Amino acid sequence: MAMLEAKNLGISFGGLKAVDNFNMTIEKGQLYGLIGPNGAGKTTVFNLLTGVYKPDLGTIHLDGRNITGKKTIEINQAGIARTFQNIRLFKELTVLDNVKAGLHNHHPYSTIEGIFRLPRYYKVEREMNDRAMELLKVFDLDGESGCKASNLPYGKQRKLEIARALATDPKFLLLDEPAAGMNPNETAELMETIRFVREEFDMTILLIEHDMKLVSGICEKLTVLNFGQVLTQGETSEVLNDRRVITAYLGE
Amino acid sequence: MMKVKKNKILIQNGITYAMVIAFWAVIQILSAGGHVSSLMKGLLVPLCIYGILAVSLNLTVGILGELSLGHAGFMCVGAFTGAFITRCMEASIPSVGARFFLALVVGSAMAGVFGILIGIPVLRLKGDYLAIVTLAFGEIIKNLINVMFIGRDSRGFHFSIKDSLSLGLEEGGEVIVKGAQGITGTPRAATFTIGVLLLLLTLVIVLNLINSRTGRAIMAIRDNRIAAESIGINITKYKLMAFSISAALAGMAGVLYAHSLATLAATSANFGYNKSIMILVFVVLGGLGNIRGSVIAAIILTALPELLRGLNDYRMLIYAIVLIVMMLFNSSPKAIEMRTVFMEKVRHKKSESAAKEA
Amino acid sequence: MSFLSYLISGISLGSIYAIIALGYTMVYGIARMLNFAHGDIIMVGGFAIFTVVSTLGMAPLLGIVTAAAVCTILGVTIEFVAYRPLRGASSLAVLITAIGVSYLLQNLALLIFGSNARQFTSVVTMPGLKLAEGRLSISGETIVTILVCIVIMAGLTAFINKTRIGQAMLAVSEDRGAAALMGINVNRTIAITFAIGSALAAVAGALLCSTYPSLTPYTGSMPGIKAFVAAVFGGIGSIPGALLGGVILGVVENLSKAYISSQLSDAIVFSLLIVILLVRPTGILGKKINEKV
Repeated sequence: MAMLEAKNLGISFGGLKAVDNFNMTIEKGQLYGLIGPNGAGKTTVFNLLTGVYKPDLGTIHLDGRNITGKKTIEINQAGIARTFQNIRLFKELTVLDNVKAGLHNHHPYSTIEGIFRLPRYYKVEREMNDRAMELLKVFDLDGESGCKASNLPYGKQRKLEIARALATDPKFLLLDEPAAGMNPNETAELMETIRFVREEFDMTILLIEHDMKLVSGICEKLTVLNFGQVLTQGETSEVLNDRRVITAYLGE
Repeated sequence: MMKVKKNKILIQNGITYAMVIAFWAVIQILSAGGHVSSLMKGLLVPLCIYGILAVSLNLTVGILGELSLGHAGFMCVGAFTGAFITRCMEASIPSVGARFFLALVVGSAMAGVFGILIGIPVLRLKGDYLAIVTLAFGEIIKNLINVMFIGRDSRGFHFSIKDSLSLGLEEGGEVIVKGAQGITGTPRAATFTIGVLLLLLTLVIVLNLINSRTGRAIMAIRDNRIAAESIGINITKYKLMAFSISAALAGMAGVLYAHSLATLAATSANFGYNKSIMILVFVVLGGLGNIRGSVIAAIILTALPELLRGLNDYRMLIYAIVLIVMMLFNSSPKAIEMRTVFMEKVRHKKSESAAKEA
Repeated sequence: MSFLSYLISGISLGSIYAIIALGYTMVYGIARMLNFAHGDIIMVGGFAIFTVVSTLGMAPLLGIVTAAAVCTILGVTIEFVAYRPLRGASSLAVLITAIGVSYLLQNLALLIFGSNARQFTSVVTMPGLKLAEGRLSISGETIVTILVCIVIMAGLTAFINKTRIGQAMLAVSEDRGAAALMGINVNRTIAITFAIGSALAAVAGALLCSTYPSLTPYTGSMPGIKAFVAAVFGGIGSIPGALLGGVILGVVENLSKAYISSQLSDAIVFSLLIVILLVRPTGILGKKINEKV
């Protein structure tokens, strides 16, 4: 069974069709790329998949379960986590607390237990700390766990966002331009990390990216969006050699 | 690394508690030696009341990040509920202390319920709209209490929004809530020690809340609502929780207030939006999100102008100027940039001198 | 007949709210901030007129002109000193600063003029009307207020639609960044908006104090808040919305004072705000704005 199956998705804003007749199937464990020129509707697709927008048309199935029209938090609980194009960290919280916020639903105790420091508070907090530090180690952020998130350098902020998303224990991870603003070295390192995450967490990953080196380096399959519609999809090497894709990017 | 961070929070909170306890001890010692003026004595309970109000408002403004201008409204609910309970139970519970305790519990709970009822519609709004609607709710509460008459006779309670006559009480019945005249005859049971205990309770609740899973969720919502939603945090639930806990604590301050006066009336000076704004001034000057700062600001800004008589005329003016200057210094993008550059320079100098020494 | 007279005085009160609401709605539309101190500028205008007319004994018209000048300078100064440095800061910071400015104005007035209410001499010299064989009387203040409000609405609409500055204001309210790229001086446009709003506040001050002739440092704050309610009610950023919201609010307030309870009239007005914000968060004539993800 496919991890994600989006069928015939469509949404319009004020008469403009932002995404139209969008179909995409992603198999378990795949590393999938969503590319296209600026304004093609890539982030809108992410927002549809994560429930930020409700589709006007079409259905979304995650691991066989219909999640069409569900709320963002329900979709997260169903197993989709994401990062954002413009980084959205909890700026005033520490690096550690950003990840612990991601663990929120998996390590519960009640507000009363928290306020009155009942034994479960200490037990669960300890579990949360251990798990969060494990995740931070994966991204080489364990040394900065006590820093305020906004004080991290840009590249590390992007990594922290991925760590936070993974803390929610997803099956399917959406990365919105993870390499944006990174230099070639950082990008190369990021590619390694993404591969590692897939292996280590047994993850299915969909990413939006403009950096073609990253896309051709790690994505197995691609979907190309143009003007809100699928231009083509298939194996990475085939898609990138498609004349229509080159035209869409470079113009006539 | 981890251990260090945990301990730092413990130490910081410990300092806050110790400060309040030390303040209490100093006053006790001074008053045992007869060194506390009657003016200062009159200020002791209000200091605790404003401390509680500032800490609880900081939970909404600093931690949740929503500007509420109706905090005095919740205080008002607590005050009237508490005074009402104390007056009603006169016959059944003779002990003033027990009635006061019951009043504290019921008054806080009632304010908390109001917090939920008002929070459900209000928290859907954002920023300036939310602020103005909380202000509106505060004024509505004050106005409603001003026209409320409640009396009691052998047949039970009677309610009216016109006057005491229309309650239709039989011979021997008494009017407990008298509209604009409010409630009279509440025992003045609030002492400085009780006030300090309640302030400490407030601090424990708020500080422990902040350093828990719930507090993290609330601050995550403040820092980035959309990201918080994307990691599965229930926005409405945690916003409401912060808002209603803040309201309940304000209600508790209200009960304390009601028991420090012989007559409780819902005037603009007591519970109007200007009162809410004054509490906001304490919170901002103490530092948004800085709980200890709220306590210090509330104590200093309440006590100082009263003690320095000449300053009283200028006190509001000084608050206003300090408020504006603080906001400009803390929030203006240019000032923030200048501060960062300055800090960089200092750090640079430090590392340079460290290098030289080595 | 008494209903009609309550209705007319309600419309007159609403016209004052509408003129104040214009200041809020323009500033909110263009600078995206709630200028909490706007109501206190009305009070400053009132005291300026009081000083010129009652203390110095000069003509009412001179008083209004002086008040308009004082308020304009004050509004622009406040914008420059307190609000401009905070451009780009959080709306929480800006609102708290505005509250600080409001506090500052009230307490300065308190120091200068004291807390006792001053008897304000009406600036309106027009006699009242007696209709229906004397059963319905309309005061000169009421008539002048309604007329002035109509003139201001028409004038402002023409100003915004016909002049370059007005067009610049529209552009800045639509998209500040894009307007700046098109060569519009955003800071100057915002300053002009504050100037116009504050001058209107002075006019509103004159009308308000002529109708309710008791002047204290707190005179402006409640009408200010209600006018903001009116602006929100009509849809923030919309000039016809300010008129509509103001008039509805004034009428509701006056009728509930007359027929329900004078103590509850504020509560009723505020409840109206809450209801409208829940049913239609952008007000009657407002536009919807979405946050971009």
